[in-house]
This record gives sequence, C-alpha cells and structure tokens, in this order.
Amino acid sequence: MSPQPAHDITLMVNGEAIAESVEPRTTLVDFLREALGLTGSHVGCEHGVCGACTVRLDGVIVRGCLTLAVQCDGRRVETIEGLSDSGELADLQAAFERRNALQCGFCTPGMMLTAQELLAAGGVPSRDTIRAHISGNYCRCTGYHAIVDAIESVAQARAQQG
Amino acid sequence: MPPPPDLAEIDAPTRTVRAPTMHDSAVRHVCGTAVYVDDIREPEGMLHAAVGGATVAHGRIKRLGLDAVRAAPGVVLVLTAADIPGRNDCSPVMGDDPIFAGGVVEFRGQVLFAVVAETRDAARRAVRLAEIEIDAEPPLVTVDQALAAESRILPDYTFRKGDSAAALAAAPNRHAGTLRIGGQEHFYLEGQVALAVPGEDEMLVHSSTQHPSELQHTIARMLKLPQAAVTVEVRRMGGAFGGKETQAGQWAAIAALAARLTGRPCKLRLDRDDDMIMTGKRHDFRADYQIAFDNDGRIQGYDVCLASRCGYSADLSGSINDRAMFHADNAYYLPAATILSKRMKTHTVSNTAFRGFGGPQGMLAIERAIDAIAWTLGRDPLDVRKRNLYGNGRDMTPYGMRVTDNILPEMIDALERSSDYRARRRTVAAFNADSPLLKRGLALTPVKFGISFTNTFLNQAGALVHVYQDGTVHLNHSGTEMGQGLFIKVAQVVAEEFGIDLDRVQITATTTGKVPNTSATAASSGSDLNGMAAQAAARAIKARLTDFAAAEFDVPAEQISFRDNQVFAGNTAIPFPDLVHKAYRGQVSLSSTGFYRTPRIHWDAKTATGRPFFYFAYGAACSEVTVDITTGEMKVERIDILHDVGRSLNPAIDIGQIEGGFVQGMGWLTAEELVFDAEGRLLTHAPSTYKVPCASDVPADLRIALFDGPNREETIYRSKAVGEPPLMLAISVFAAIADALHSLSPGKSVPLNAPATPESILHSVKELARA
Repeated sequence: MSPQPAHDITLMVNGEAIAESVEPRTTLVDFLREALGLTGSHVGCEHGVCGACTVRLDGVIVRGCLTLAVQCDGRRVETIEGLSDSGELADLQAAFERRNALQCGFCTPGMMLTAQELLAAGGVPSRDTIRAHISGNYCRCTGYHAIVDAIESVAQARAQQG
Repeated sequence: MPPPPDLAEIDAPTRTVRAPTMHDSAVRHVCGTAVYVDDIREPEGMLHAAVGGATVAHGRIKRLGLDAVRAAPGVVLVLTAADIPGRNDCSPVMGDDPIFAGGVVEFRGQVLFAVVAETRDAARRAVRLAEIEIDAEPPLVTVDQALAAESRILPDYTFRKGDSAAALAAAPNRHAGTLRIGGQEHFYLEGQVALAVPGEDEMLVHSSTQHPSELQHTIARMLKLPQAAVTVEVRRMGGAFGGKETQAGQWAAIAALAARLTGRPCKLRLDRDDDMIMTGKRHDFRADYQIAFDNDGRIQGYDVCLASRCGYSADLSGSINDRAMFHADNAYYLPAATILSKRMKTHTVSNTAFRGFGGPQGMLAIERAIDAIAWTLGRDPLDVRKRNLYGNGRDMTPYGMRVTDNILPEMIDALERSSDYRARRRTVAAFNADSPLLKRGLALTPVKFGISFTNTFLNQAGALVHVYQDGTVHLNHSGTEMGQGLFIKVAQVVAEEFGIDLDRVQITATTTGKVPNTSATAASSGSDLNGMAAQAAARAIKARLTDFAAAEFDVPAEQISFRDNQVFAGNTAIPFPDLVHKAYRGQVSLSSTGFYRTPRIHWDAKTATGRPFFYFAYGAACSEVTVDITTGEMKVERIDILHDVGRSLNPAIDIGQIEGGFVQGMGWLTAEELVFDAEGRLLTHAPSTYKVPCASDVPADLRIALFDGPNREETIYRSKAVGEPPLMLAISVFAAIADALHSLSPGKSVPLNAPATPESILHSVKELARA
C-alpha cells in the first residue's frame, strides 16, 4: 500500500500552536515523538494495552498509539513534558521520587498522566479506587505498591491544602 | 566457614551508603526526559529495519520470494543470510542461533530476512510482501513430545547425593507426583531496540542490552571487524528481567549489518507482537518427583526429573537448567537425592534467562513435594518445612557445598510471629468449614537463592573512575541499568569512598569502550561485582591523593581522611576539589580502573561438586488467598514478606526490588500463561491475550520487612544481592492456592499446575472431586 496524501493539521501541543503535515495513518504518539521530538511519551505495546503512551487530548487521557494525529486537528494535546513544565504535576512527581514509585521509568510518564486524572477529580480516593484507575497502565518493575502509595499521599496532601 | 565478620568495619557509620537514596534517574523519569535508545535524537539519514519470520515451526525453506519486498516504496535494502560477511550467528555460546535462518527453520517466527527502509512504517509494510514457501515438517512443540522423541538440545545432567533409590525403597512413606510449570514472557515495557551508527572503520551501537560485550563480539564476528572496532553503549533499559541478556543481540546485529552495508545509521525497534513471538522466555518445565519421608515428615530421599522446553537452540539453557538443579533443594536438607535435568529441544523459540534463571522452577517442585508430605501426614505444611530446613549436621547440599550462612530458622520464626500465622491458620480452617464455595488458603514458604554466576569465570567486573580538576567524579563500570537501581548503588559506594556528596559523582552510560570484556548484568550480581570494582578504582585514586596530601601537609598518611566534601590532614582541612587541583598540578594521576573477581568459588562440572555460590540470599513469605471453587477466581488477601538483603546498600531500592520481584513471580504463577498451538504457533503474542499483573491484581495488603543482618561474606558493605531472590517469594501464593484446594479433600494431593489461572484452578477442583 502506498503512502496516502498528507493532511495539514493545526493543534495546540503543551500550549504551543503547531502546524504540521501528517500522513493519515500516523499515530499521535509517533507524531509527538518523531515530528515534535517529545519523547517522554513511550511506545510500549503499540495496541492500546500497556498505557506507556498515555497523553491528554482536550483534557482527557487517551492512548497515543490508538489515536491518530489527524484526529487531533484543532484540538489540545498535553504530554508529560508540558505538564511537567507547567508545574501541574510537581507534587505527584515529588511523591513518585520520594516513594521510589519507579524503576526502569518507561511506564512512569503515562502513569503520571493517568494518576493526575484521578487526582484532578478531587477528594481522597480509596486505595482500591486508585488501583482500579491505574489498571490500564502496566508497570513491570515496581509491583504497583509504591505507585499506589505515592498517589494516595498526594491525594491526602491536596485534600488537606483544600 | 566464612571468616568471622569484623563488626567494627560493618557497623562503621556511612554517609551515602545505606541511605534510602532515590533512583538516580527518578527526576528524569517523572519528567519524561530520560533517554532510552528509541529516544536518541535520530542521526541524519537514519534508516529503519523490520524483520520477517518463518510461517511454520519446522521445515525446509523452499522459496524466499523477496522481489516484491525489494520493490516496495521506501525500501533501500533487503537482508538475508547471504548478506552477512562474517559469521551468521548471534548465540552466546554454542553457535546455533542464526541471525537469519537459511535452509532449515526451527520455530515459527524465526527471522529469515530484514527490510531496511526510509521509514519504520515502510519497512514493516514491505515485510508483509514476502512470499515464503516452506516444506513443513511436524514440529515438536511440548516437553512431552520432546521427551517421547528423545529430542535433546544438551545432554542430561545429574546431581547425586547418597542412594536416593535405597532411601525411597526403605522409607515408611513415599509420594510421587508430576508438576507442570509454565514459562513466562518478560514483557519489558520497552521492547527490543538497537541503533547502529557507522563510523570511519568503526561501528557504534546503542542497544537496550544487559550484555554490551556479548553484542560487541557478535557484531564484530558478523561483520568480520576486530572487536576493537565495535563499541556498544547503553545508558538504560526500559526493563529487561533477563530478556535482554542474549535476546538483544540479533536486533543489534541486524541494525549493524544494515548500517555497515548502507553506510547510514539504522534503527531496529521490534513491533511488540514480533518481540513476543521472536524472543525467548522463561523455560516451562515438567517435574516428576518421588519423595521419601518418615512419620514426622522428615525427608529421607528425593528423586526429581526436571525436563524443560529449551526451544530450538541451546542459548543459556545449560546454565539455566543447572540452576534449576542447584535450587531443587530450595531450603531443605536432603539426606539422599538424585536430581536429573533433561534439556529438551523443541521447535519453539529458544527459551532464555528470566529473573531466577531456572531456580524458581527447581524450587517449585520441592515445595509441592513438601506440601504433599504435609497432606499425606495431616500436618501443617509449615511444620514440615521447618522440620526439613538446613541445620547443624544437616548442612550439605546435593552438590557438595555446605550451607554455612543459614538464617532461615530465625527468619521463619520471625515471620511466623509477625504474620500471626498460627491464629490465621485456625481462622482459615474455621472459614472453610462454614464456606462451601469460597475457600481460603494460607502458606508460608522460604527462599534460599545462591549468589554468583554458576559459570565461575563470569564472576568478574571492571570499573573506570576519573576525578576532574573541579573535584567531580566520572563513574563508569561494567554493569547496566535496567531500572534495578544498580547505578545509584555504585555511585553511593564511590561517593562514600571520596567522602563527597552523591551529586558530585557523574553516572555515565555503560560502554564497551570504557570497560571491556564484561559479564552480563545478570544473576543478581550487579552491585556485588560492580560495587567492588568501582570501590577498587576509587580507592586507587584515593591512595594517590592520600600520599600526595601526606607529603603536601607533612602528616602521616594514617592522619588523612576524606569526609564532608573535605580532606582532613592532621589539623588541616582542605576542600576536596582544592586537593584534587593541587594533586593535578603535582602531576598525580587522577584516573583509575578497578577490577573485582569473586573469591573462593569453584565448580567441578564433571563431579558436579564444588562451591558454586559465594553466599545465599534468604527470604520468606506468608500468603493468604481466597479461591472461588465455582469459577476458579482467586484473590490474594494478604502478603507478609521478610527478606534478607544483608546490610542494605539502599533500602528504598531494595524494597522496590522485593515488591516488584514478588509481583512478577505472582504473575508467573497465577496469571501469565503462554499458549502454543499444535503447529507451534504462539497464540498469546500480545498483552491483549497474555496477562501480566495490573495494579488491581496485586494484593492490597502487602507487608514487607528487611531482615537486618550483615552478609557473613565480605561483599560490598556486607550487602546481599536482591534482583532475583524475591521473585520466588511468590511460591507462597501458589502454595496457598493449593492449600485452599486441599480443604476440599483433606489428605489428597492437589493436582494444581502452574500458572494457577482460574482455568487451572477449576481443573484442579474437578480432579479433586473425581478422585
């Protein structure tokens, strides 16, 4: 099958206006990594199971490997790089560091975005709720215990701060 | 016996060593700025490779039609065996792993060719245009088929201690059984990947590998280059678990071949399905055992045949099956034993290293045999376990090594108390008496894991340390970082040596250009070996600085000390960077290599005796589970772990290894099932069909404690290896499931195979009902 004609898309990526020409089958995660050099979103399984490519599209987390770049035309994409620079994840990042909630780190950016979605809903979720919420993000190193601890500690701290 | 520990040395206060310091890449990981191979900024003109594999498991290639592949858009080059200038082999030892198969194919998915194209997409699409015709022959897929056909990849091997046949004949009680133990896919989150960059006459390869030196040698041999012209580098891997020890070689070789032939950089990142189909896994085993025991449950003799599916080539199967034999006793004294290992050849992917390296399978068999003793005698399995532990006068293993550092009796007693085992045993029994459909099970099992490569010469490591004029330190060593925290541990050792802050030590990528002839980062040995090598390098420089300072300040060398970023010479203190700068001007060398080899280990393969291990690492776990006998579903209620890491170099890192290792072991024994069909096709080749544990699968109640005691051997700061041993703590979960099922028919042996998936549990329930 020969390559199909490229589409011009414009989108906001981490607050920056981007205009690019992409092949229709290019996935969002390949586009972010290869066209924009945003390599913090990782390619793990390439079919939507492992969650390493998790990014935010119009405020909702999606799988970067199951979303096409052309679907993001006119929309707002946020990645680990953007959320890290903005400071939105600062307390969660500190908690992951403190609790050693990472080893090889390959799942970590996706895990942070998924955790932040739960935390943004407010309140202090139960450990079971945290476990269920991050169940679409695989981590092969840590056994998740430290990750759940880190997320729980941030929920508690944010709740205390109001 | 080990020399008596020098307590003054062991208990001397440390500043960076033993602190629960965060992983050196933690900040990068949470920000997404850690660079993996696939994240390296692409060099200009970089090409992409993709591979095509055999369409049947066994047969002779009749035609490999690649014209359409060559003509596909974006294709630059198509590679087959004929394009290799040197040796077409990426095996670690035996010369039996072709980079590209030609003639015969021996597993479904075996690589036949590679496409090199302008884009990854173009390369992957072109692969599908190949016309592959193979005269298929019937494949041997299972261990049973290979046993029936007497198809071996390596000769049988036996450990013999005493006369186990006589012990079995004379014993008042005997039990015989068969246990099937499944394999395991590594499912490292970062798949196999390599980037080759051609130089003038040289080749630089970035690879996600645990074994840069082996890749260097493979690539040099393949390209007919001197080893000195090939450099392999790895900063970090996105997980490995043994799956990147030998299995990274083929992809790096193909990328390097493409780079050599095109003169352009080339990257090969395997698609996940290809990765799962084309790379080896943990060996699945069939264990047939007979155990003889007295009326108190004490073992009198043990006969076991451990037959494994090695796949189509030897890979590391020799050492892996050896380790299954070394751990066939787990923690138990066997007065008489025959441990027979059969290494079966099948037409499946070549199985390989995976955390535990055969040890877990050997242990699982005897843990089942111990349970069978308890079931036969109507005893609590924990009592049978305790009765059979190594002890005074009962310390000789089946391979002629004495167990002199056994701390398990103490550890098991402590865990029995802290987990409240006895009271929970009563609660579980009461629960089961009133609950016809949900059954609880409880088990407390030990782990004794031998530390050292059993291939003795591999127990060596090197390091390279430079001190620069600003007092910062460049650290390099032969170990690779796969997330396990090796780099931070070794950096802690070096910072401690110079008495400087950890952030003054620059951790650098592993490269064959700095430390040559390295062993794989494997066998849990990374910090034991590289910590010592780096300490030796740092001490060499420190000795020169000490002599220089002694002369400079006119004090005896014994009065020079390094701490708090300063050097103290008698009553004078000078900042470390200032002394370094003075030493530079004083023409002192500020760079050194360091080298370490493990002392006092030896092994005689002919007599199957020796001291293969420097020491043992110990652990114990208590698991409680609930099983639904109508659906086979299983839930882990609570886990208590007590684990021995000696004096921890970094408790945060070590606890992470225990948590992660345990969960990975639980996945192996309860959820992860590899299914091959009769034609040798792997049906579970993606995470959609192969179930690794997710957060909601792991026990909510997980209590982990470190057993605080120094290594009796002189390891780095008296720590112990931690990578593999915790995986086998998960045997307690498997035993707890068997315990729950045993409540259905007390006194009967539970026919539960691993992994104990719901299907396997239901099958076991039905078998028990039928019996």
